[in-house]
Amino acid sequence: MDITVNILLTIATAATPLLIAAIGELVVERSGVLNLGVEGMMIMGAVGGFGAGYLTGSPWIGLLAAIAMGAVFSLLFAVMTLSLATNQVATGLSLTLLGLGLSGMMGTSFVGQPGERLPNLYIPVLTDIPVVGRLLFGQDPIFYISIALTAAVMWFLFKTRTGLTLRSIGDSHTSAHALGIKVIRYRYLAVIFGGACAGLAGGHLSLVYTPQWVENMTAGRGWIALALVVFASWRPWRVLAGAYIFGAVWIGQLHAQAFGIPVPSQLLSSLPYLATVVVLVLISRNKRLTMMNTPASLGQPFVPDR
Amino acid sequence: MMRLELVKRPQRSMLFSALSPFIAFGLTMIAGAILFALLGVNPLNAFEIYFIEPISQVWQLHELAIKAAPLILIAVGLSVCYKANIWNIGAEGQFILGGIFGSAIPVLFPGFEGPLVLPLMLLFGMVGGAAYAAIPALLKTRFGTNEILTSLMLVYVAQLFLDWLVRGPWRDPQGHGFPQTIQFNDSAVLPELMPDAGRANWGFVFALVAAVLIWVLMSRLLKGFEVRVLGSSPRAGRFAGFGLNRMVFFAFLLSGALAGLAGISEVSGAIGQLQPVISPGYGFTAIIVAFLGRLNPLGIVAAGLVLALTYLGGEAVQSALGISDKVARVFQGMLLFFVLGCDTLIHYRIRLVGMALAKGAAKLDAAPKLKEAR
Repeated sequence: MDITVNILLTIATAATPLLIAAIGELVVERSGVLNLGVEGMMIMGAVGGFGAGYLTGSPWIGLLAAIAMGAVFSLLFAVMTLSLATNQVATGLSLTLLGLGLSGMMGTSFVGQPGERLPNLYIPVLTDIPVVGRLLFGQDPIFYISIALTAAVMWFLFKTRTGLTLRSIGDSHTSAHALGIKVIRYRYLAVIFGGACAGLAGGHLSLVYTPQWVENMTAGRGWIALALVVFASWRPWRVLAGAYIFGAVWIGQLHAQAFGIPVPSQLLSSLPYLATVVVLVLISRNKRLTMMNTPASLGQPFVPDR
Repeated sequence: MMRLELVKRPQRSMLFSALSPFIAFGLTMIAGAILFALLGVNPLNAFEIYFIEPISQVWQLHELAIKAAPLILIAVGLSVCYKANIWNIGAEGQFILGGIFGSAIPVLFPGFEGPLVLPLMLLFGMVGGAAYAAIPALLKTRFGTNEILTSLMLVYVAQLFLDWLVRGPWRDPQGHGFPQTIQFNDSAVLPELMPDAGRANWGFVFALVAAVLIWVLMSRLLKGFEVRVLGSSPRAGRFAGFGLNRMVFFAFLLSGALAGLAGISEVSGAIGQLQPVISPGYGFTAIIVAFLGRLNPLGIVAAGLVLALTYLGGEAVQSALGISDKVARVFQGMLLFFVLGCDTLIHYRIRLVGMALAKGAAKLDAAPKLKEAR
């Protein structure tokens, strides 16, 4: 029983950064902007979070720093693609490349240092309930944030007027602009929100998942988060499901390696990436589903005529 | 509160089209100077170590050519993809698979020598790269799967596959357990161009030839026209009878083959054996090279040399000033950012307006329009 609980807990820990980064990107893409820089913003969040936690000794300050780092870094993308109308694909790629380089440089002195870890929640009595106690009341704080965030984004996108406006901008920025909606302003806010989420996801990696700084520690999670948004056909609850499936794949291959299954460890390590490809193929085979849900102006630059 | 406003130019500006890479380079220098100053280094001193010392002697120019060759080879292939609006960002994986396929000959048949070995290896390398690039192309044409994500995911798979090969079945039994294959025999090593002067090998020649061939393809042949039409207006391309699916395969196979050639040239020329890591991110840096070269093969040659210098400079400042060689990646990232930003100037004029002023300006703008309407 304990083993099952432990496995479920590690799956949740592996799924949380994917979920947060993907939920952030979902909002960005719903507004019609494709930010391929998730990996870069995530790694900046990871290094910022670790650094602030390490230097101040408080993982909570680390958490805030991770969020701020992601948001500030995404602002760079926003200025380029929204104010200067650059190609979103190329700009997102350069954000990732810059993030990987910058984080490597900033983190040189952090390599091998013990980091601060965010403590798990502990509520007397409740956390001590057998089995469900630790699952429901004994996880790290970012886990709870991720669940709340998913619910909040669902509510925001589909139950509020602002959410409706945001989705309408994603579907047709010209119509939205003609109606007097401030397209660029909405998109700025969406991109910054996505950046903050990616930063938080990176912070989870360096403050909870493995509380240390390793170069390129995101290991493609930002890209998997991007794939999750497509997989989820831009629906928050499907992102949640997808993140946990991928979390399970990630943990499953780690456990398989630990058990010494007679398969090369490299093959097992490549499973999450192969799974991403397979899942993308399966979802894109259903053309109608994809067509119906893809924000219609996704990735197109917009210059308001005045 | 200030705001940027873009005003569409009636036609693309030739001036900025030519100038923008240089403006971008200048801005990168300024940002770089700030970066060095923040790191507590005298920027002028750092620039000299970064940009001038690494190319002040003949043998160093050879090192520059070694680094530039794979960048140019990959980037000219990618430029065709990007012109066609097809996003192959997995060149790093195709590079690795090219290296693996080509190395199969010297690793599996170490006794096989003669003048046939190298051409076969290069051919195998191209086949390997093209075959690996065919996967995202197939998935995109058959199922409509996003090629950005699939081609990128395959990079991680390729890296792990190479890692498995050199630690497992292809490991040199006499290699004291080091994760590497046997050293290639002499006829499997890409010859150096001028062995007396430096280490540069035929890979650089391949890069220049590829750049010229792609330039001819893009500017003089129908296929190149097809690429440009499908890239700028897929609808118009369809009316002209150009097949988008065929183009996806063409672009991916071409760029994959060139990345594969770059991979095997690097392995058989600069390294001489397979190792767990055979590329310092050439496949990704080549994306920057392609854009800095304005997706023009001849521009890419120049851009490849510049980016190769950022690698050498990164190593130089690391050994001279103790700054992380990641500074190279930062320079490369900034350069791409500034290039993309400056490219906006080709199609738009940029106007800075204060928020309050903007409203007044809008009124002023409206007046002549009313006149026209009458």
